[in-house]
Amino acid sequence: MEFIELIKAPKVDNVILRRPLFPRIEGTLCVTGHHLILSSRKEDAQEFWLLHRNVDVIERRPSQSQFTGGSIVVKCKDFSVLTLDIGATEDFINIGDSIEALANLDVPGLLYPFFYRSLQPIVEDGWFAFTPESEFSKLVLKTDDWKISYVNKDFKVCDSYPEAVVIPKSIPDEIIVAAAGFRQGGRFPVLSYRHENGSVLLRSGQPLVGPSGKRCKEDEKLINAVLGPGKRGYIIDTRTQTLAQAAKSRGGGVEPETSYPQWRRVHKPIDRHHNLLDSLAKLIEGCNDTASTMDKWLSRIESSNWLTNVRDTLNCACLVAQCLDQDNLSVLAHGSDGTDTTLAVTSLSQVILNPDCRTIRGFEALIEREWIQGGYPFGSRHFHSVYALSASTLKNPKRKYAPTFVLFLDCVWQLFSQFPCSFEFKEQFLLTIFQHSYASQYGTFLGDTVCEREALCLTEKTVSLWSYINRPDIIHTFINPLYEPNPVVIWPSVAPPTIVRFG
Amino acid sequence: MTFIIPKERDAHDLFTSLTQMCQPASIEELYCFRYNTGSDDLPRGTGWSLFDLQAEFERMGVPNESWTITTLNKDYDICDTYPRYLYVPASAPTSVLLGSSKFRSRGRLPVLSYLHSTKASLCRCSQPLSGFSARCVEDEHLITCIQKANPNTAQLFVVDTRPRINAMANRAAGKGYESEANYENTIFHFAGIDNIHVMRASLARLLETCEFKTPAMGAFLNGVEGSGWLRHIKAILDAALFIGKTLEDGSSVLVHCSDGWDRTAQVCGLAQVLVDPYYRTLHGFQALITKEWLSFGHKFTDRCGHIQVDPKQISPVFTQWLECVWHLCQQFPFVFQFNDRLLLTIHDHVHSCEFGTFVGNCQKDRIDLRVEEKTYSLWGYVANHMNEYLNPLYRPDMNIGFIQPNLAPQVFKFWREMYCRWEIGVHPRESLIDLMVASKDHINSLEDHIRLLQKKIKAVEGRISAESMLNGSGLEITQDSNRFTYKKNAHDEVNLKLRDFDPLMVTDKFTSQLREDESVEAVNETNHLRRLSYRRSSSQDDNLTESLSTEFQSVALDWKSVRGVKECQCSAPLDFTSRKSHCWRCGEIYCSRCLDKWATLPGHISQKQSPVCRNCYRFLHKSFSIESLE
Repeated sequence: MEFIELIKAPKVDNVILRRPLFPRIEGTLCVTGHHLILSSRKEDAQEFWLLHRNVDVIERRPSQSQFTGGSIVVKCKDFSVLTLDIGATEDFINIGDSIEALANLDVPGLLYPFFYRSLQPIVEDGWFAFTPESEFSKLVLKTDDWKISYVNKDFKVCDSYPEAVVIPKSIPDEIIVAAAGFRQGGRFPVLSYRHENGSVLLRSGQPLVGPSGKRCKEDEKLINAVLGPGKRGYIIDTRTQTLAQAAKSRGGGVEPETSYPQWRRVHKPIDRHHNLLDSLAKLIEGCNDTASTMDKWLSRIESSNWLTNVRDTLNCACLVAQCLDQDNLSVLAHGSDGTDTTLAVTSLSQVILNPDCRTIRGFEALIEREWIQGGYPFGSRHFHSVYALSASTLKNPKRKYAPTFVLFLDCVWQLFSQFPCSFEFKEQFLLTIFQHSYASQYGTFLGDTVCEREALCLTEKTVSLWSYINRPDIIHTFINPLYEPNPVVIWPSVAPPTIVRFG
Repeated sequence: MTFIIPKERDAHDLFTSLTQMCQPASIEELYCFRYNTGSDDLPRGTGWSLFDLQAEFERMGVPNESWTITTLNKDYDICDTYPRYLYVPASAPTSVLLGSSKFRSRGRLPVLSYLHSTKASLCRCSQPLSGFSARCVEDEHLITCIQKANPNTAQLFVVDTRPRINAMANRAAGKGYESEANYENTIFHFAGIDNIHVMRASLARLLETCEFKTPAMGAFLNGVEGSGWLRHIKAILDAALFIGKTLEDGSSVLVHCSDGWDRTAQVCGLAQVLVDPYYRTLHGFQALITKEWLSFGHKFTDRCGHIQVDPKQISPVFTQWLECVWHLCQQFPFVFQFNDRLLLTIHDHVHSCEFGTFVGNCQKDRIDLRVEEKTYSLWGYVANHMNEYLNPLYRPDMNIGFIQPNLAPQVFKFWREMYCRWEIGVHPRESLIDLMVASKDHINSLEDHIRLLQKKIKAVEGRISAESMLNGSGLEITQDSNRFTYKKNAHDEVNLKLRDFDPLMVTDKFTSQLREDESVEAVNETNHLRRLSYRRSSSQDDNLTESLSTEFQSVALDWKSVRGVKECQCSAPLDFTSRKSHCWRCGEIYCSRCLDKWATLPGHISQKQSPVCRNCYRFLHKSFSIESLE
């Protein structure tokens, strides 16, 4: 397929761009394969560039008064909204069609990162800055109980895990393979973080207990090997008890106490991913409503439940951190797939526990390790955002879009606002990551799993976001001037007055 | 706060005495009449004469050809809740003023509150006693005079801060509002701010919400919404912005509510903060409170319940106004010279009655009570502790003109520092403001020190080169002076950075970076100087080295980090509300009570007074006295 088939009108003159907080621009609109470009074509030319990938949904409003042309409202995944006024009806329809087609393009090889070449020489290649091997060796270096295993070579055991994983040293590969069969998506328990006192954080998919209450000796052996004889651990389930029980009928479920006597199970519910999208959509709708009154606004925030979700997630992460740090107990966290809320909880508790994760490079490593290698499906989750939810034009109403990653960034921001001097980065850094996770010239957040990313040859064909951020002149702009390394665990407050809205 | 008392009878006794004591029956029993500051650095008179109404009006250029001062109210005859001297249009004869005062509720006739540089005036009064059809020729005449005093426009905006329905209801009681038909050239506007009873109930509900033990997020938001507190705040700011814009456009405004001492004071005060940069400075803000609230008779004693009064008279009107100012401070962090702590301090002392400033219901009350002789003034206290209340981000060059806040409901925040003040858990664990103030002070101290060192280096180098000319070993010296110029460049760069503070970044951008740079540099220079002086010391007298070492020791290069400091050395706890101050000599952290000495440090070229702790003060004092003995 060629772009030219999708672009019905490559150039339209006399288009007016309106967006809040900026002066309006009048000029020529060009539609290219990846961008929407509006240029005023004057000396001190104001140019506006928008990646098609950033477009969530468009709305067409034919002009009421003049009977020709109309406005296209472009709603972006970074929550911005802009309006293009186009004079002629034909152009209006063509531009609308082109943007829609290009924004919904689902052929990974045609995306912008594959065409983008860094203008600056790459000082340090971000693709190889945080390899699983180097990251994991930090985890296992100080101990003899864990090893890096290549049991998942060629993604045979679990397609959403990286090839290298960290597992207990005493467990042979056959047991892992058997245990993987007992876990949702083959996501067998792997090491996510090892605290300095030796307690560990594991994550996995739900056990496939099913309605008949199946057991798996290998799985039991694997996770008991973590504890050692006589010690106890916690299993933290991010679903409600009812949801977890209900999952049994579909083959999932929870670890029964009888087969896992050393573990105590705790339910710390965080909303499922499609509910999160509803919740964020309501919040954004409220934020964009310029005519709302105070009461309406407050009741909207309340009914959106977003802040409740933020609080729940922080709460759960704090519980994990408390188990690891204060009670010296090991924790296994999972939800149903172990790809959404599980990752939010495990990564957030590392931000709380590990001072390294509060530095710029440490945070990048954390995202790389927990989210990208951990198999968070960025490709599908971030294919659409909040505006597409309400729009009826959505052709593909599969409920797989979710802002779990945004929720995680929001939680980090909450920590940041409570400890403004303990983070090496500032707000802008989080916002940049947020934007690039939805639409970017960099390949970091493409694809759903490590396996998919390898198949796309991202490392050769695209540039990594970290290569850009870690350039000395860029990294400088993200450094928090008030940073003073804080080596201790930070205990956030989860009381509601503390939780504020992330602008 | 909960006290647990073992015996029930004791508990009952304590309860009765506490109830009696927290609201004494007579105003003379209030704490301020007994209060005596422990230290003698605050004489009783301080602060009472700081803000003078006449001086404040002179600042605005009044009296002038269109506005004049009248002594009609010298003995509080026409209105006992107004100040002694009133400013009225020059064209209005006495009979008109008297007539108008009879037509206004409680005699509060329209008088000048603020004169804008565009000649537009802001006047305040109480509601007219118009009922359904009553008219008063004098009052109408006075309004025309006010309108005529502004040559720019032929319109006068009359803002009634009440909701329309309340104003209508007042008509039945023989009060009400001006009708546009009777008052020529006026434009009438209702601002829709609810009355004191609604506000009282609203705050009560808000505080209830804050006191939930383990609330869910939804319940908390629901509570905030249900209290309607933020809605009221928005209504007040909306009204103030309307007035501010009108004044900027050059039209005069007359504001009233029912009695003209609650909502009128709120919106007039805020509108002036919006239009006049002076009121955004520390001094101007106090002058504004003195003028708008104290002189024009906001009933502090009744509204705050200082003594046993009708509980229906109590209302958080002034607290609400402080919150509005706080919202403005949040939106414009660079244009306010004072910080949140000032607002909290004022709020505390309005209720504590430690100072006589806010005792009484009007100027007349305070004169009758002779508060100026018998009590201390809060303004004196503030002037003495000025350092604690300065906003480190304040930039005088940005504090110009009219500020227009964004009043979309989305920007309103919940003032956690005020309403959840004592819930220690909910506040940020690291205070930005402490850090910024400390960094700023530290930079000042180090820069001063660096300048001194540079001067010394120059002097020493001069002498060395003179010597080496004699000895003929110039090579080494050139190296040294090269190093010196290099360092000077580095220093210039640092200075440059200091000037280029990013105005958009709320937190001082390079501050902490800078602090590091500076201290490293200071250490470098010190070492350099030491090296030089050691070389000299062999040949020259030891006096120089000695004086240098006192200078080195007198300035702390490293200041203790404010993080994790829980208490002062006097074991007073330091929580987020208390200022953590550094001693400039040893770099340790003290509470403001312990850090009350000032001294000049030998290591500073400017010889300014710097705050030092008692130990250091004693040390410095000893060395000074020895010097003077010698």
